[in-house]
Amino acid sequence: MTNALTITDVRKTYKNGTEALKGVSFGVRGGEMLALLGANGAGKTTLIGILCGLVTKTGGSAEVFGVDIDAHPEQTRSMIGVVPQEFNFNIFERVGDIVIDAAGYYGIPRSVAAPRTETILKRLGLWDKRDAVGRTLSGGMKRRLLIARALVHEPKLLLLDEPSAGVDVELRRGMWEFVVDLNAHGTTIILTTHYLEEAERLCKRVVILKRGVVVQEGEIAELVRASGAKNLEDFYLRV
Amino acid sequence: MTSAAFVGYGTIVRKETVRIVRIWTQTILPSVISQTLYFAIFGGIVGARIGHMGGSSYTAFLVPGLVMMSAITNAFSNVASSFFGAKFQRSIEEILVSPMKPWAVLAGYVSGGLVRGVAVAAAVFLVSVAFVRPHVTHMGALIFFIFVTCLIFSLLGFLNGLLARKFDDVGLIPTFVLTPLTYLGGVFYDLNVLPPFWRAVSHANPIVYMIDGFRFGFTGTAVTSVLGSAGILVVVAGVLIVLTLALLRRGFGLKQ
Ligand SMILES: Nc1ncnc2c1ncn2[C@@H]1O[C@H](COP(=O)(O)OP(=O)(O)OP(=O)(O)O)[C@@H](O)[C@H]1O
Ligand SMILES: [Mg+2]
Repeated sequence: MTNALTITDVRKTYKNGTEALKGVSFGVRGGEMLALLGANGAGKTTLIGILCGLVTKTGGSAEVFGVDIDAHPEQTRSMIGVVPQEFNFNIFERVGDIVIDAAGYYGIPRSVAAPRTETILKRLGLWDKRDAVGRTLSGGMKRRLLIARALVHEPKLLLLDEPSAGVDVELRRGMWEFVVDLNAHGTTIILTTHYLEEAERLCKRVVILKRGVVVQEGEIAELVRASGAKNLEDFYLRV
Repeated sequence: MTSAAFVGYGTIVRKETVRIVRIWTQTILPSVISQTLYFAIFGGIVGARIGHMGGSSYTAFLVPGLVMMSAITNAFSNVASSFFGAKFQRSIEEILVSPMKPWAVLAGYVSGGLVRGVAVAAAVFLVSVAFVRPHVTHMGALIFFIFVTCLIFSLLGFLNGLLARKFDDVGLIPTFVLTPLTYLGGVFYDLNVLPPFWRAVSHANPIVYMIDGFRFGFTGTAVTSVLGSAGILVVVAGVLIVLTLALLRRGFGLKQ
């Protein structure tokens, strides 16, 4: 099976001279759920930005299901869904419109997008809020709106950049059930989080970034065992 | 146009139109009020003392200029503020991460500018009917000049939104460029009443050609060469499209 994602020697130096990524390479198998970990400023968001077209890389290459992101950006973008770390919807628009319009950018007509939006919003507990404008949502609701928006075009690869930040315990559990279910139905998922127990529970493999380089990569259980650590958090702190 | 691109384009146009209607007190009403005041004061009160201008009553002379002035500011502001707003709130990222082609994005926003420019122009024209009976000579010229003018200023608005880094950058152009050029572009006077020097200077003002061509649609007479102006405006629009698309393709001002 082709890799869902193949990243080769990806580099990014921002205009102000910050070297956010210093040659990152790793692969993600189709259908897996991978944890992408690293301290604040390690380069996780930068890498996600490069994959979905918000950040221009300064070196290296990346393929999504065997398709090069530079050669065929439209094709790779339609396969990717992204939940950004920061809220980036129009706060004056209604929840339902935000999701349906997002589908429109992917070429999905309203007649198809509307029922899908209903299903997703119900699943994420936002259906009651469909007519509310973004500004009036609580932090956790905004986070779930980002997830709904990322899923409406049914991406094969889902990039989650700290999706659980600010979501309460109960809803977080529901959210993870949903994500696990998506994964079980074939969606490849890359998850960035600072809650290491979550990562350990949900993901089989991990990639750890440190100041723009990959410092650890592999099966979580194996890495933890081989290092004699108690759990992922313990292992992470030793890296 | 592929159907996916068409759906994307349609989504932006719909969203822009909904925005114009939702905040109509900010998008439609201000120009209608100010132009009504112009008609009442300059047309009704002062106009009676002025008599004729450019071969028609002063009020009739004002109509094309005031309609055009509304079209220009509204087309420009709509695209500049909506696009910059999307950039500022970062909701533009919804489009940037999608497979939408740059030309479809540009076409969507520019169509939004056309919708508002033409809608406000039509509203102002309707108001003018209360003051002076309309007389149309060349419908084709009216349609062409309003369309090409809205197109050009929508494109300029997009360019402004793309280059702007803060909200102030979006307010600058209307105040320091559009308003002076429009006021000096023959809205209120016939270029022929100017001394030769200022008449020559006025010919360097692109808005003169737009207003004159549009006025020709009503009066049938023009100070400039109407066909020549039409040709130049089409070329200007073409150049702006190429330039804006090139910047958009590079992700200028949008990507890190
Ligand atoms: N637009 C930018 N311009 C300049 N430097 C930037 C920009 N965005 C990020 N950086 C820098 O790049 C580095 C990586 O940042 P990035 O946001 O990718 O980290 P991260 O791993 O996502 O961190 P966090 O866990 O805090 O979200 C940091 O040093 C950051 O300061
Ligand atoms: Mg981050």
